Amino acid sequence: MFVFTLRRLLLAIPTLLVISLVIYLLVDFAPGSPMSEIPLTVPPEVRQKMIAALGADQPVLVRYLLWLRQFFWVEPAYLIDGWFGTHLAGDEQRILSWQSRSPVFTIIGQRIPQTLTVVGTAYLVGALIAIPIGIYSAYRQYSWFDQLGTLFAMIGFSVPTFFTGTLFIIIFAVELGWFPTKYDTMLNVTDWSSFLTQLRQMTLPVMTLGLANAAAISRYMRSSMLDNLGQDYVRTARAKGEPERTVVLKHVLRNSLIPVVTVIALGIPSIFGGAIITENLFGVNGIGAALILAIHASDLPMVQTLTFIFAALIVLFNLIADILYGLLDPRIRYD
Amino acid sequence: MTDTRAAATRPDKPDSQLRAIWQQFRTHTGAVVGLTILAILVILVLIGPFAWNPGKPSVLEALKSKNLGPSLRHPLGTDQIGRDLLTRMIQAGKVSLAVGFVAMAISILFGTTIGILAGYFRRLDGPLMRLTDVFLALPLIPLLLVLMMLFRDKVAALTGPELGVFLLIVMAIGVTSWMQTARIVRGEVLALKEREYVLAARSIGTPPRRLILRHILPNVVSPVMVAATLGIADAIITESVLSFLGLGFPPDFPTWGRLLFDGVEYMQLYPVRVIWPGLAISLTVLSVNYIGDGLRDALDPRIRGR
Amino acid sequence: MKFKTALLGAVAMAALGNVAWADRGTDGDLKITFPQAVSIMNPYLSNGTKDVYGSSLVLEPLAGIDDQGNLIPKLAVEIPTIENGGVSADMTSITWKLQPGLLWSDGTPVTADDAVFTAAYCMDPSGGCAQLSKYDGVKSVEALDASTIKVTFTGPKPYPYTAFVGALSPLLQKAQFAACQGAAAPTCTDANNMPIGTGPFKVTGFTVNDTVTFEANPNYRDPAKPAFATAMIKGGGDAESSARAVMQTGEFDYAWNTQIPPDSQKAMAEAGKGEFVVAFGTLVERLEMNMTDPSADLPEGERSTAKHPHPILSDVNVRKALSMAIDRAALVEVGYGAAGEPACNILPAPAAWSAGDTSCIAQDLEGAKKLLDEAGWVPGADGIREKDGRKLHILYQTTVNPVRQDFQALIKDWWTSIGVDVELKAVDPSVFFGGDAGSPDTFQKFYADVEMYANNSDAIDPEAYLAQYQCSHAPSPDNQWQGDNINRFCDPAYDSTYAELQKTTDVAKRQELAKKLDMMVTTDSKIVVPLVHRGTLSAHSNALGGVKINAWDSEMWNIADWYRVK
Repeated sequence: MFVFTLRRLLLAIPTLLVISLVIYLLVDFAPGSPMSEIPLTVPPEVRQKMIAALGADQPVLVRYLLWLRQFFWVEPAYLIDGWFGTHLAGDEQRILSWQSRSPVFTIIGQRIPQTLTVVGTAYLVGALIAIPIGIYSAYRQYSWFDQLGTLFAMIGFSVPTFFTGTLFIIIFAVELGWFPTKYDTMLNVTDWSSFLTQLRQMTLPVMTLGLANAAAISRYMRSSMLDNLGQDYVRTARAKGEPERTVVLKHVLRNSLIPVVTVIALGIPSIFGGAIITENLFGVNGIGAALILAIHASDLPMVQTLTFIFAALIVLFNLIADILYGLLDPRIRYD
Repeated sequence: MTDTRAAATRPDKPDSQLRAIWQQFRTHTGAVVGLTILAILVILVLIGPFAWNPGKPSVLEALKSKNLGPSLRHPLGTDQIGRDLLTRMIQAGKVSLAVGFVAMAISILFGTTIGILAGYFRRLDGPLMRLTDVFLALPLIPLLLVLMMLFRDKVAALTGPELGVFLLIVMAIGVTSWMQTARIVRGEVLALKEREYVLAARSIGTPPRRLILRHILPNVVSPVMVAATLGIADAIITESVLSFLGLGFPPDFPTWGRLLFDGVEYMQLYPVRVIWPGLAISLTVLSVNYIGDGLRDALDPRIRGR
Repeated sequence: MKFKTALLGAVAMAALGNVAWADRGTDGDLKITFPQAVSIMNPYLSNGTKDVYGSSLVLEPLAGIDDQGNLIPKLAVEIPTIENGGVSADMTSITWKLQPGLLWSDGTPVTADDAVFTAAYCMDPSGGCAQLSKYDGVKSVEALDASTIKVTFTGPKPYPYTAFVGALSPLLQKAQFAACQGAAAPTCTDANNMPIGTGPFKVTGFTVNDTVTFEANPNYRDPAKPAFATAMIKGGGDAESSARAVMQTGEFDYAWNTQIPPDSQKAMAEAGKGEFVVAFGTLVERLEMNMTDPSADLPEGERSTAKHPHPILSDVNVRKALSMAIDRAALVEVGYGAAGEPACNILPAPAAWSAGDTSCIAQDLEGAKKLLDEAGWVPGADGIREKDGRKLHILYQTTVNPVRQDFQALIKDWWTSIGVDVELKAVDPSVFFGGDAGSPDTFQKFYADVEMYANNSDAIDPEAYLAQYQCSHAPSPDNQWQGDNINRFCDPAYDSTYAELQKTTDVAKRQELAKKLDMMVTTDSKIVVPLVHRGTLSAHSNALGGVKINAWDSEMWNIADWYRVK
């Protein structure tokens, strides 16, 4: 398993390089330009000069190599300088967003905490609700609990977050006045009352996202449990007189987790990726909102950096999922 | 419950396997209800345009009757420029159901094939899973923009504009949504191929093709069914995102996803605007889910035999 | 919570008998929300309206424009004119005088050198300055003494109030930006995000594309202002959520750009927590007619170029008929409500510059049919008009936007009823306005027959705005499709009238010429078919006083005078 992990980690490097080139070419090739949000009153000559000042008129490969250098050399050097007070980076140019002219990593640094607290909590809440629902639904298949769970999951999945989010705003913020509609990103949690304020402002986005996450995970959990509940080893375990609780939670659950682990492993990078619609709707300044803004403004350095980090996380978590498969089912072998 | 009834109605000797599956399927109440609802939806959108034709009022008349609630003249009400919502729901349903099912089928076909190949053949695992990583990592919106820019005119020239847009949309949704299915199926296959019965089958020299079709595929049906159910909802909503980016059908072409999207702005004042399309999408997904449940039970010989 | 505390504080204040807005910083926190967040606080590097408005709380020009469209001094003592000797008789220079004793928010004095530096900063060829056109025709900017600035132009400048006037062209502090000139401009992140200014507020915190926080500038020139101690601008969401946060939940005091459907406007206004205010500038939603053939059968590089005149729309009667078939009042009712008016000109305001034509407002479907009949376009078997075997088919494109899609549907109905076959298309705005020469869907390429969008003049004097309809401004492959004469309209009479406008210095004469040019492209030829004169709709809560909405400068132009209603 160790050799396998090492090999996969080494293989990840060329994979990520290819991914980064593909993303760069794709985003560059997509129609749109960094000038699309500039008012029409700006004359064409001025637009050309602005594009030139961004360096956006350079050939695409030159820009890609510059980005690689900045990402793998300049930015880590800055980080080290920041920690140890060295001067590795010198005056080298950091990766700057075209839209805001701020360093991309400063923006990411500002936004990660929001994304992790809101989207991360929503994911956690979703998974914690979904897994028990899935298990119990499968165990008591076609009971009223199962039917209700199915209904809830299907509605949760078929109505998109732009709908549920707005619905929650209208019910809980406008009509009942319980929660704010806009997330205050400047809030510092220092004491009990500011913690409560933070909880209050997190509630609506977490509910919106948690519902969508719980829906999908509970369905995979349920179906996988159903598959395993009918297996011979379950009958054997029961025949041996093991308590029902042990049978279900130890034998069946463990064997049912493979698809669920896959879904969750695919979902964790998407926590970092943020929740584009929900973040935008509630004014949570997370990564998802940054990505969509950057895409609409054709802010290539920002899009490229964010999607590349996202890609690295996907590769990493898929590797973790593969390792987990081996732990869950020792029969799975990779070499 | 299901089991006793299955036993009661089971004929002594089913003519064929297909027939046996159907027999089992019929006993699943949820599946039958789901199939009925889906059939009703399909029939409604197919014959709807002939059965319900309120006639086209002039623009001025339409504007006078904008944002109405349900009435005899407009059973589902009207929208912000006085268009009859029932007419629009029927038109939209045709497109949304077609997009939902075809795109889901493409994505499931891709996902399952790649997942099984990667899981079963060790040599393919690396390349195929790295390909999956690439697709997972690609930012969706630029990818769709590029796809449409490159192929819209070409496909439209080959097949005519409307069919062209349809094909392109289902392909675009299909090729950007198969990855999760592929990863899930691969994970299952990795575990399945080390099970005793597969090892046994292999040791007696069963060729891989037969092994996959007869022994592996039936055992990954249930996660695939879930993926299919979720895939339909996903495809219907993704279509509305495409329209939102100007990449979908022309703007005067309603779909359920777009009606829902447009309706959100009016949700507070005229809740029916979101209820109808939301209900239609949920009903479709719910019925597919139950059909999937029934199908899985019917395909599982352990349950069928009981 | 904060808002409630602020309210309670306000009530307590009133009980104590304090007079409102008597002192700086007595009214607590001012909360503003924008549907798009502020990206950068330096308007010279971005002219997104959100960025310009955000920076206008901090950075100030020498002169601004009030809500009536009149010039008002800001940092200057008075507006220079020929009468007071500030503008030279030959109109080649303008001399500004700074108010005495002005301080930057860091306590250092404001001098003429700051203005000289600002001009050099923007006119630096490698800086990519977004407001370069404000310094168009500027030969030199010099400091005659510590408080006198002389701007010299390359030739007579009939309207010299471009540089240092309005929120688009404020003064930067030389000390802060000295190292940020030219190619280094984008790298000065701290200066760009937290510029030192002379305005009523100074920046205390900035998160990119999210929130800007401010506190009252201790060195602001009026010691009694601003009334608010702190302020914040929170961005993001959409027009609806912004409107809701002011009009329904009361979380915010002011929301800029809350364009929502007329019905929702009414319902929210009835809630009684705040009110909508509209500012009408020169923004006009219009249909642009393509004068060249966009047919896909033509080779790439010849589509939509002057080589091939449009087979249908070259006929003025077709264009007239298409315009006559539209009921502009109905469009306003559906799309904009209080924030729109029917328009027939591209310069709908201010009154002195507008031709004020109303001939297009009455819809005339019968007249339109008759006109098409006379032009030889007669209905075929399927009801669609044709001429010489060619169907009257129109591809009508615009951006993805709910109001525009409603307009498309309505206009399609009207055009269909006069026998025109209409195909609709909607394009993502970032592609449509992106100007990417590789994309077929940009508004400059215009691979369609008719397209709809909105445009405006960013100055009261429309000389720069009217430049776009000259022959030489047509986009084509030769200039990478970067022209702004979208219609490829080409009329020597227009070009010569425009040349005359450029030379004329008498204001009344200029207004006459501007009206004439406007009519040449709208009513006379229907090259441009104006639909709706659009205002910006903003919302403020009933607890906020002093708001005077302004379409000619930043909406926050008088934020120093805003106060808490008690």
